[in-house]
Amino acid sequence: MTSPHPDHDRHPEPVRLLGHAGDVAAPEHQHHAGHTPGPPLSVWLVDVSVGYDARPVLEDVDLQLPAGSLTAVVGPNGGGKSTLLKLIAGLLEPWGGTISVLGGRPGEHARAMAYVPQAEAVDWSFPVAAGDVVMMGRYPRLGPLRRPGSRDHAAVAHALDLVGMTAHARRQIGTLSGGQRRRVFLARALASQPDLYLLDEPVTGVDNATQEDLMAVLDAEARSGKTVIASTHDLASAAQHFRSIVAVNGTVVAQGDASLVLDSDVLLRTYGGHLLFVGDRAVVLDDAHHHDEAPGGEVHHHEGVPDRGARRP
Amino acid sequence: MTALTEPLGYEFFVRALAASVLVGLVCAVIGTYMVLRGLAFMGDALSHAAFPGVVAAYMLKAPFYLGAAIAAVGTALAIGWITRRGRLRGDTTIGVLFAGMFALGIFLFSTIPNYVGDLFGFLFGEVLGISGDDLVALAILSVIVLGVVTVLWKELLYSTFDPLAAAASGLPVAALEYLFLGLIALTIVISLQAVGIILVVAMLVTPAATAQLLAERFSRLMAIAVVIGMLAPIGGLYLSYWTNTASGALIVLVETAAFLLALGLGPRTGLLRARRRTAQT
Repeated sequence: MTSPHPDHDRHPEPVRLLGHAGDVAAPEHQHHAGHTPGPPLSVWLVDVSVGYDARPVLEDVDLQLPAGSLTAVVGPNGGGKSTLLKLIAGLLEPWGGTISVLGGRPGEHARAMAYVPQAEAVDWSFPVAAGDVVMMGRYPRLGPLRRPGSRDHAAVAHALDLVGMTAHARRQIGTLSGGQRRRVFLARALASQPDLYLLDEPVTGVDNATQEDLMAVLDAEARSGKTVIASTHDLASAAQHFRSIVAVNGTVVAQGDASLVLDSDVLLRTYGGHLLFVGDRAVVLDDAHHHDEAPGGEVHHHEGVPDRGARRP
Repeated sequence: MTALTEPLGYEFFVRALAASVLVGLVCAVIGTYMVLRGLAFMGDALSHAAFPGVVAAYMLKAPFYLGAAIAAVGTALAIGWITRRGRLRGDTTIGVLFAGMFALGIFLFSTIPNYVGDLFGFLFGEVLGISGDDLVALAILSVIVLGVVTVLWKELLYSTFDPLAAAASGLPVAALEYLFLGLIALTIVISLQAVGIILVVAMLVTPAATAQLLAERFSRLMAIAVVIGMLAPIGGLYLSYWTNTASGALIVLVETAAFLLALGLGPRTGLLRARRRTAQT
């Protein structure tokens, strides 16, 4: 079964829920943000907490991301990266705190938002071709009854071209490689022409060429004023390809520019006991995932590798 | 030739043919979404859940469509609600309600003093006995179900394939899910007279499952399912007429044979697979 869509009627704008924190200071919010110097805020969280059932995943989250930012969300498995993206996407109800997304409640401007789930969440045997998947990005704006028109087909063709998948448009998605699948899903997000991209592990487990291509596309989108937020396991990729970093482990541990991930204090607070320092190299021990090659400055261990001797320095 | 034309001289046979082809069409369309959503078991559950509604309608002298629809739709919504709220797995909820509702039907049935042939027909299907009024009701319900799918096929497809992304981009995924459960329930009500409670799930699942073996695109999958769904009842009814055997069972057996044929000859699973591969290279 799927995550419930939030019941918007229950929330005034912007969302203000009284959670465990008690008297939450409500920000004078989006109106304010629009008048302050610099780009307006796309995403603004104040003192937000959320979890599943009774188990909190994120608590006391404060976060501000301006329009045009290109942000990597980093942190350990179970640290709340995906949860933060779902929260912003309006897929999860916050327990408390205040959230503003694109100047409204999460989910209020849903058609201006594209969410791409983790590859594991998708049934790859589903009978759709790559082009069909990309066209789905147009469905919400089409509405019921209307069939895709020439503008929709043009948007799909353009998106497929941007990610280099034009030649594979008619292939069933399950017959594509892992990297090609991620290209198709990014193309679906592009085809919906959103103001905000929320991407859960968009370049995890893909080859270097795909990673470079997709990050170049996202970089261009951010430069044109779109907001891009992507979770990633890959600290080296985060530092290299993104302009801002949000480190998450149960809360927002740190937020700053790309050099943040080179700060050993931040890494220690983000990854805690799962981090092993070897000289000046930080080794993350708990993240299981695949890379074609380990990026410099960082070594990843795969699941099943015993956690022997991993201790804080 | 007379073997084909002779039964067409009987009005009951023509009515049965029309009814079962219509049922096959609606079942194939809904069944396509069902197999893609992993809801095959739901079809079995809702058909059994309709049983107490049918018995109650009989006892109250109400139209059986009404009783079956209330029981099946009610159970469908209850399954959706309990699964979302109760922290139970979907199959667990289905198992509990499916058995409970069917037991209720048997209990009600056992309170009726004398043996009732009509009700027995609902367990195993009695399409040859369908009345003109039933056929009209069936056609109206079919138009409703097919109409809803015609309006919302894109939304149903997106929310089936990627519910998270669909919800994030503004589709009412939860509402679509409830709506779809309601459509399954209505489809089962439509199908009860053709194949009966026990075999409805085959009408829903088998044509779509067969098409899944043959198609890699959604539109083609549904087209193949619809063709099988509409042809199988024709074959089944003729076989039933010629051999004087149970019509519902033969419709399902024809569909099962089509599935086995596709399994044996299909491009991904079939015996011809190796030969095709070598021919391509």
